[in-house]
Amino acid sequence: MIHSLFLVNSSGDIFLEKHWKSVVSRSVCDYFFEAQERATEPENVPPVIPTPHHYLINVLRHKIFFVAVIQTEVPPLFVIEFLHRVVDTFQDYFGVCTEAAIKDNVVVVYELLEEMLDNGFPLATESNILKELIKPPTILRTVVNTITGSTNVGEQLPTGQLSVVPWRRTGVKYTNNEAYFDVVEEIDAIIDKSGSTITAEIQGVIDACVKLTGMPDLTLSFMNPRLLDDVSFHPCVRFKRWEAERILSFIPPDGNFRLLSYHVSSQNLVAIPVYVKHNITFREGSSQGRFELTLGPKQTMGKAVESVLVTSQLPRGVLNVNLNPSQGTYTFDPVTKLLSWDVGKINPQKLPSLKGSMSLQTGASKPDENPTFNIQFKIQQLAISGLKVNRLDMYGEKYKPFKGIKYMTKAGKFQVRT
Amino acid sequence: MNPMQKLLQLPVGAVNMVKSVQSQVQGQANEEAKSPVLTPDGGQQTWYSAVQPDELRHLRADRESGEEKGFLEEGVGTVQSQPLRHDDLKEMLDSNKDSLKLEAMKRIVAMIARGKNASELFPAVVKNVACKNIEVKKLVYVYLVRYAEEQQDLALLSISTFQRGLKDPNQLIRASALRVLSSIRVTIIVPIMMLAIKEAASDMSPYVRKTAAHAIPKLYSLDPDQKDQLIEVIEKLLADKTTLVAGSVVMAFEEVCPERIDLIHKNYRKLCNLLIDVEEWGQVVIINMLTRYARTQFLNPNINESLLEEGCEKAFYGSDDEDESKEESADAEVSTVAKRKPYVMDPDHRLLLRNTKPLLQSRNAAVVMAVAQLYFHLAPKAEVGVIAKALVRLMRSHSEVQYVVLQNVATMTIKRRGMFEPYLKSFYIRSTDPTQIKVLKLEVLTNLANETNISTILREFQTYIKSMDKDFVAATIQAIGRCATNIGEVRDTCLNGLVQLLSNRDELVVAESVVVIKKLLQMQPEQHSEIIKHMAKLTDNIQVPMARASILWLIGEYCEHVPKIAPDVLRKMAKTFTNEEDIVKLQIINLAAKLYLTNSKQTKLLTQYVLNLAKYDQNYDIRDRARFIRQLIVPMDKGGALSKYAKKLFLALKPAPVLESPFKDRDHFQLGSLSHLLNAKAGAYQELPDWPEVAPDPSVRNVEVPEWTKCSSRDKRKDKKVEKPFYSDSEGESGPTESADSGSDSQSDSESRSGSSEGSGSGSESEDSEEDEASDSEGLEEAPKGRKIVKSKMKTSASDSAASDESGGEERNVRPKPKHGKRSESEEEEEEESESESSESESESEQESESETDVKRKKKVSTASAPSKQTKKTNVEKKETVEKKEMSLLDLDDFLSTPVESTTPQVTPVNSVLSNSLVTDLEGLSLTDSMMSAVNITSSNSVKMYELLHRIKGEGLAVEYCFSRQPFSLDMHMIAVQIHFTNNTSSEVKNLHVEEPKLQSGMRMKEFQEIDVLPPSATVTAVMGIDFCDSTQAANFQLCTHTRKFFVSIQPPVGELMMPVFMTENEFKKEQGKLMGMNEISEKLVLGEMCRNDLAIVQRVTSAANIGRVPCGSDKECRFAGKTVTSGSLVLVTVLTKEGGATQLTVNCEKMVIGTMLVKDILQALSQ
Repeated sequence: MIHSLFLVNSSGDIFLEKHWKSVVSRSVCDYFFEAQERATEPENVPPVIPTPHHYLINVLRHKIFFVAVIQTEVPPLFVIEFLHRVVDTFQDYFGVCTEAAIKDNVVVVYELLEEMLDNGFPLATESNILKELIKPPTILRTVVNTITGSTNVGEQLPTGQLSVVPWRRTGVKYTNNEAYFDVVEEIDAIIDKSGSTITAEIQGVIDACVKLTGMPDLTLSFMNPRLLDDVSFHPCVRFKRWEAERILSFIPPDGNFRLLSYHVSSQNLVAIPVYVKHNITFREGSSQGRFELTLGPKQTMGKAVESVLVTSQLPRGVLNVNLNPSQGTYTFDPVTKLLSWDVGKINPQKLPSLKGSMSLQTGASKPDENPTFNIQFKIQQLAISGLKVNRLDMYGEKYKPFKGIKYMTKAGKFQVRT
Repeated sequence: MNPMQKLLQLPVGAVNMVKSVQSQVQGQANEEAKSPVLTPDGGQQTWYSAVQPDELRHLRADRESGEEKGFLEEGVGTVQSQPLRHDDLKEMLDSNKDSLKLEAMKRIVAMIARGKNASELFPAVVKNVACKNIEVKKLVYVYLVRYAEEQQDLALLSISTFQRGLKDPNQLIRASALRVLSSIRVTIIVPIMMLAIKEAASDMSPYVRKTAAHAIPKLYSLDPDQKDQLIEVIEKLLADKTTLVAGSVVMAFEEVCPERIDLIHKNYRKLCNLLIDVEEWGQVVIINMLTRYARTQFLNPNINESLLEEGCEKAFYGSDDEDESKEESADAEVSTVAKRKPYVMDPDHRLLLRNTKPLLQSRNAAVVMAVAQLYFHLAPKAEVGVIAKALVRLMRSHSEVQYVVLQNVATMTIKRRGMFEPYLKSFYIRSTDPTQIKVLKLEVLTNLANETNISTILREFQTYIKSMDKDFVAATIQAIGRCATNIGEVRDTCLNGLVQLLSNRDELVVAESVVVIKKLLQMQPEQHSEIIKHMAKLTDNIQVPMARASILWLIGEYCEHVPKIAPDVLRKMAKTFTNEEDIVKLQIINLAAKLYLTNSKQTKLLTQYVLNLAKYDQNYDIRDRARFIRQLIVPMDKGGALSKYAKKLFLALKPAPVLESPFKDRDHFQLGSLSHLLNAKAGAYQELPDWPEVAPDPSVRNVEVPEWTKCSSRDKRKDKKVEKPFYSDSEGESGPTESADSGSDSQSDSESRSGSSEGSGSGSESEDSEEDEASDSEGLEEAPKGRKIVKSKMKTSASDSAASDESGGEERNVRPKPKHGKRSESEEEEEEESESESSESESESEQESESETDVKRKKKVSTASAPSKQTKKTNVEKKETVEKKEMSLLDLDDFLSTPVESTTPQVTPVNSVLSNSLVTDLEGLSLTDSMMSAVNITSSNSVKMYELLHRIKGEGLAVEYCFSRQPFSLDMHMIAVQIHFTNNTSSEVKNLHVEEPKLQSGMRMKEFQEIDVLPPSATVTAVMGIDFCDSTQAANFQLCTHTRKFFVSIQPPVGELMMPVFMTENEFKKEQGKLMGMNEISEKLVLGEMCRNDLAIVQRVTSAANIGRVPCGSDKECRFAGKTVTSGSLVLVTVLTKEGGATQLTVNCEKMVIGTMLVKDILQALSQ
């Protein structure tokens, strides 16, 4: 399956390589570099690149290309999904997955990669198991390790891999037993020129942070499970119970994990929490253009819209902009033509606006395209679909855990066409 | 030592080496300065002679002075590291402090990670293989695995440590020893590895067995000669019952012996059943393997889609997934099917489909994709739809995942467009998508385009054309071109749009448009000479060679449409000929030749000039072409035999190009595979085999001790009696052998049969008696009597209970017919509302060469006089339209036997005088009993009848229903549904009643009173109440007669979920004020001339929804109010008319779903 892995940074250096079978020369990456050159943007590098003797499958995360070398037929998604899992694991271990973090922890990275793949076939990818095998580095442990010479490799070998609950480590102990669930919904929408919704849908996830002693068995039920149209589960969720009763029943992994992602049934109308009024005009022959943008809340269920950020790729003809934000700050990069306006919170009484003029290239004809606005926002304490957790029960352990649920709505891919 | 020596087949010296290292390692502590390789004894000399020169260097380097070592390294160019640093690494490794060793190992691993060569440290590192410190040990393993291949002989030094590890009492140590042992690629230890694997394969611990499975492909790649032995191990491990092992061993199977499909037979059912608990990576491998397996072992379920007998095995496996059946769609290709053998899905095939389906919910995209491809390749057409939703979900994932998924979706949309149509909007393109994703989405959108959605798609495309991403714009233009060729209706619109693009400022856009227009024009050039003229003008401006060439070709091809312009274009081109690109030059020559042939007077000289220029061109292609054309067209003295055909050669009618998807024909690759993605066969790709013509013996999958749950029921069935002798035959054995000898059949046959018996578990007494008759009257079968047909359609969900009982007594007299036919017959009534959803299945008894058309008609006729010749070889199971047609044919038969019978149930006369609300009021007063109301009340003229049970499916019993809009007196939260029964048969229908309502949660139903007798050709009306819970979900129930059960469902239009309320204008405005924002939905429309007056509007709105008019001052405005029946939420409708029929429709309703649906319905009603 996966022969080798090369990590390539944004400047095109291979800064880490790992081979699971015979060594593949790093010159194989030249094909990758070629493809990278052909693609104008880094995200346009094709994920699968055939070369005479190998196939290169790569993913781009955190400005690092993870290039896997394979030799024979294998489902490409298998490799892609695995590479993403590797990145997730790094992120889990080091907090961030940057070139510096990987270089600093190169030994841990190597140990991880060794455990995750055996002969190119995934072996242990559950974070609970990996953490038992290889302790994540912490500042304290690093200090202790250097003084005492002790190690970050688990003294005891993990049992989880052998048990019926392969995703949970055994012997978990906490003094404060707590379970937190974050219901996060994202609105993906395309709004057209006139403000009407072309397509809108809600995607949600429930992320959990469970720190419970022993082997707790949890059930989570919803007030309105029918809202959930399409769901995908962490392997710990018992599928049968969900099918029969629409209840999430599971023995959780220890720590952070994504319990569920869902799609809200498309029959339900999606409430669009913000609207955008815009007036962007370029006059033929003139070197000035007018720019007006106003944001306002709409269907927010009485909650404040926060952390609003508007970004837009302005046409190439725009040389510079001279704008006046009524609140927040804006930046414009004359090279990439990227305008971004950090609005902050929308005050319904005084709607934020951004007005001013654009200077255009003189002599050039008026751009025939209008920019698209990408909007990001957050609404706390609201799941826009109306999904509500009914109750969370724990079986199998005697103590009383502390339980918490948090709701949040965010903009996903929220675009306004002009 | 001796056995070891043999095993390793090493020179004596090497064994000594091993020995010395062992002793060294053990007593290492105080001897650290003394490296084993340094021991200057005799053995060492032999050793040296055995190794390669460069290894020699490393060995010696240890004791040579630093300078010499440096010198040696310079000799080898690749070594980058400084010798000095390596020295201290070696020192650290040789020290007796673990922390120093660890530090050294960490630095070495960091070197490896950076790709630096650390091979010369091998001797120093390998000593530490037995180190007690677990982390040092691990890092040494990492090092060993990386360099062992290069330093084979030295690597042998570590073997004994692993061999010891293999015997360790701790399973994890055993596993890790095996893992490293099998990872060091040293050919000489193959026998040791083989032994170790064999031993580990029968280890107690599943974890060790898993590691053994992982080791198999490693050994195989090292030494393919071991294949036979390895297959034995694989076979053994395949039988393992733990989920831990399953994924790994199948992976080994796929790498070592994918062709040995026979190894899977015995494990097939176990793998299917374990699948859900296997770890995700294993799932992917297993599913892919099982896809191939199923292709070799089962019959194509789509061979004749209408013949799916699923009910039987579903019941057998105790299936609980009902939704599956909802996905099924009817798709009929029946007429051809009648002659074929009926298809019955192998229960094992069904098992696979059912057990993989939950995995569509996996978080792992690879698993979802694997299931999706399995369904695509294996499932009956009707069931493939379930994967669409999951695949669309993956589109939210990382862009690489999107890329792969879209490629596969693109292929699927070509074969099964309908599957993704509901998700059209999920493929809309965002400006932030990477270009490669945009292009793929465009591909999918183009594939999905059809007559109904093309306008939306084109509108979307218009936005894309304005994008800043020019590559994407070009792709969009091509997509428009493809839509235009595929969908005739929009061809002109597209063409006009593209022509407008010709004035775009971006040259790329123009060029692309030209190329596409050229292709489109080729389809119907006559009508578009204007466009050709326009394009001719463009030659002055467009510089893109491809576009210029296209224009020239067009002008040449259709020069007779532009007789004046063409020569002029040629003149211009002749001027610039020398500066043009090659492809343009070729087209200029072409144009010249064509003009010469059609208009030689004007263009003779020009043509010769061009040809002369071309003659001296630098490009030999152009020179050749010029020479060739001159010979052809210019009449010469001699030769010129071809010149009379020149016109034919140049001006032949050219077929229009077919604009095809690049994803066409990709589906011969297994979806989701690398080969599919690249559209080329990747190494070690296993072809997806074609379905077999005849299914291989299914009994090979039988296991001695069946571990699955249902075996008991099978036994029971056998005890009970060999009930359904016929059943097994429908599987493919031919001949009229449906005797009671099923016991001797193969086991799986009996399974499927037992499934069928389960299916008819609710079978009544009568069945058994029929059964007896069936076996008794075998001899009668061939009698040319009106034979009962065994043709049916069944809805799978219905199967288990509905499968049960049988039709009227008259049939029994005619001939006891095969069981399954009867069973399925009972379920035909679903058709009209689920035409596209219900899977049709059909079966007929093998020995009956003729198949017959219509069950009920036949029945009637046959009892009277009809001989079997009357039977037609057609099928009822067709799309509705077809069925209608046939019905009329059959009606003729009707007239022969039963003269008067109207097909439509009688709707009692209507008192249209009374307004709706008045009727309601009166009803409320007069009615005390639902039965009475049914008889007395008739609906207003706007009431629409819906079909509940077609008379053909109902075997003569036709049932229709309507929403009478009267309050249901027994329960105010229920909606009254008036049901008309018409008996079209010649016998009485008795005991009409409702059974087993299957309702969505919250829904309730008040059944009508049982109708005792329904005489022939009589009509009876009954009223039942249903509380739909303010949703348009269908209420499903069974309609039972004394002989039959029919599955029926009532689905209310949204307008029927409410009832009128009276309110004043002020109240209305007040309520409306409360229902703003999200609860308000408005739409604009233009009313037709027909309904611009108040009355028409009121009539249409009230016909669409059961709401009452609110008095209102203005004549421009009509207001209506109602409330939903169950929850009493207000529904307010306003129709505001303006000048010229422009109208605004506003609906305010707390329930947004109802509001939206209602707007749609009213809009439709108004715009009719």
